[in-house]
Amino acid sequence: MNRIIKYVFYDMLRTRFIVLYTALLFVSTFAMFQIDSDADKVVMSLLNIVLMVIPLISIVFTTIHFYNSYEFIELMLAQPIDRKVIFIGEYLAVVSSLCIAFLIGCGIPIFLHGASFTALTLLFCGVILTMGFVSLAFLASVLTRDKAKAIGIALLFWFYFSLIYDGFLLWFVYAFSDYPLEKITLTLIALNPVDLARVIMLLQLDISALMGYTGAFYKDFFGSSLGVVLSTVVLCLWIIIPFSISLRIFSKKDL
Amino acid sequence: MRLLTIFTFLTFCCFAAYCNTITVGRTGQVKNLKQAIALANPGDTLLIESGRYLEGNIIIEKSLTIIGENFPVLDGDNKYEIFTIHANDVTIKGLKFINTGVASINDLAAIKVLDSKRLRIINNRFENTFFGIHFSNSSQSWIEDNQLESDAEAEHQIGNGIHLWKCNHITINNNTIKGHRDGIYFEFVTNSLITKNFSEGNIRYGLHFMFSHNNEYRENTFSKNGAGVAVMYTTGVKMINNTFKHNWGSSSYGLLLKDIRDSEVRNNHFVGNSVGIFMEGSSRIQFTENEFKQNGYAIRLQASCDDNTFSKNNFSANTFDLATNGTLVLNKVEGNYWDKYEGYDLNKDLIGDVPFHPVSLYSMVVEQMPSAVLLWRSFLVLLMDKAEKAIPAITPENLKDNSPLMKPYDLNKRS
Repeated sequence: MNRIIKYVFYDMLRTRFIVLYTALLFVSTFAMFQIDSDADKVVMSLLNIVLMVIPLISIVFTTIHFYNSYEFIELMLAQPIDRKVIFIGEYLAVVSSLCIAFLIGCGIPIFLHGASFTALTLLFCGVILTMGFVSLAFLASVLTRDKAKAIGIALLFWFYFSLIYDGFLLWFVYAFSDYPLEKITLTLIALNPVDLARVIMLLQLDISALMGYTGAFYKDFFGSSLGVVLSTVVLCLWIIIPFSISLRIFSKKDL
Repeated sequence: MRLLTIFTFLTFCCFAAYCNTITVGRTGQVKNLKQAIALANPGDTLLIESGRYLEGNIIIEKSLTIIGENFPVLDGDNKYEIFTIHANDVTIKGLKFINTGVASINDLAAIKVLDSKRLRIINNRFENTFFGIHFSNSSQSWIEDNQLESDAEAEHQIGNGIHLWKCNHITINNNTIKGHRDGIYFEFVTNSLITKNFSEGNIRYGLHFMFSHNNEYRENTFSKNGAGVAVMYTTGVKMINNTFKHNWGSSSYGLLLKDIRDSEVRNNHFVGNSVGIFMEGSSRIQFTENEFKQNGYAIRLQASCDDNTFSKNNFSANTFDLATNGTLVLNKVEGNYWDKYEGYDLNKDLIGDVPFHPVSLYSMVVEQMPSAVLLWRSFLVLLMDKAEKAIPAITPENLKDNSPLMKPYDLNKRS
């Protein structure tokens, strides 16, 4: 498996996309620190990148990459290697390269300007979201044989998690505003990795005081060790579940 | 004027000639304070040597000057009120009051003043007192340079730092109040001056007043109080050059104005409060040259307010600049600097050419459904706000700043 990871990894470096991605993140993070000296405000601005740009790039890039390396995968399958090994190898190579790109691009400027706990949480959220959306991209890729269709599905995933779901949530809160919604909205938020990461970050940024009772309830939950463990577990489920579904489909698929 | 000066001087000389000084303490003529007060004639000075005095409740009904050397400690033994003053022209200086009693029925205080005039409470220290300084029905007094510190955990265990009821013409200057219920509490206090005080970490409010007309507050700092500053049912308030900072919590306000009329709020700094100013039922208040920085809400203006003017203020790095709960606009917002302003200035007169709408759609949504705030900073909310900016539908269209500044005011040059 290590050899597969190595090959895929080198292949990705050769496309130069990863290098560009790293450079983009590095330059924009660095520029934000130059414009604003307040580290907390920079983290706020970076939050937008982490919540929107990173899922989008992760999911689209991974889908394209999967189809570009289709021939390589087919070649590998002709060898006496387990399908699962090939698939997991592909996944790990893509995830590690994207995560490394993110950590270098955003992490180095953050560490140069002094890393606070908030910034570290942001990096953690970024890595988790990258991993989750790569999983979703693999799921989109194995669902169909057609590249354009797969990219469409991938984009739909992204739209769903960063826009449509929030619209639904807003409608839900509006429709049931007469009821105590704290526990239900908490559950609903856990059903969307982007929202979950955003709420974790918001509570870090101490905006919770604005959120009144809801905020106090959330802070209580996410502040407790049970909340930290639970939210991490849920975020990890968002990586594992789409990936295991796609793995199952891939192992049975007629290529 | 000269005649007055000479007259005052002469009077002073006469008094000085007749006044005795009684030294109280281990080496003094008198060993205990109660005895000294009984011995003294009106106008005498009691000089108290350093030491610890445990004498229960001390009642002063003569015009005395009581001065402590190196802060002698007056201990209330967790049972008693320490000084009860019922006389004009009393001066208390350089004493340290500790451990008053705690009671639910009586307001036990370190210094309680009843029906008196011309008092001076200067440079004293208060530690672990229930009420610190408690004035009722008194006037023309100074409360200066005192330090009050307490460390209660719940509201019912502690009284107010400086508590004034039905007083007038009081000067409260340069006091530090920490850890009380309300730092400074006024009820029916008029024509008073409150300057350079520092009120921090009080359990409820840093400053709290009701029915206290025509008072002036200058250069005070209210910081990290449980619920900030709350003022109610008053007219003619002047708040100038104060700092309201770090009052952060789900029910915390920098400044809460309820039913305040004909007042002026000028040149204050609101930094890092969950709500900078919360206004309800208030009218004809001028807000000028204030700085709102890093607040959750800079201003929450309820629709029950009218005829207020906001001009020449700086708004920067607030989550929401202005929030309101209705579409009726009876207030004027004009010529402020908003860091969220995205307009242009073609004729370079430093005034933006397009109006700025300080109320964001999302703040209206949150006002109606508080739990919707959990979508804050999501992509959807960003899109909704942009769309609303282009075509206002829900936000009050008339609540706008027609002449927003391109650059922040330099507020420091005046203060």
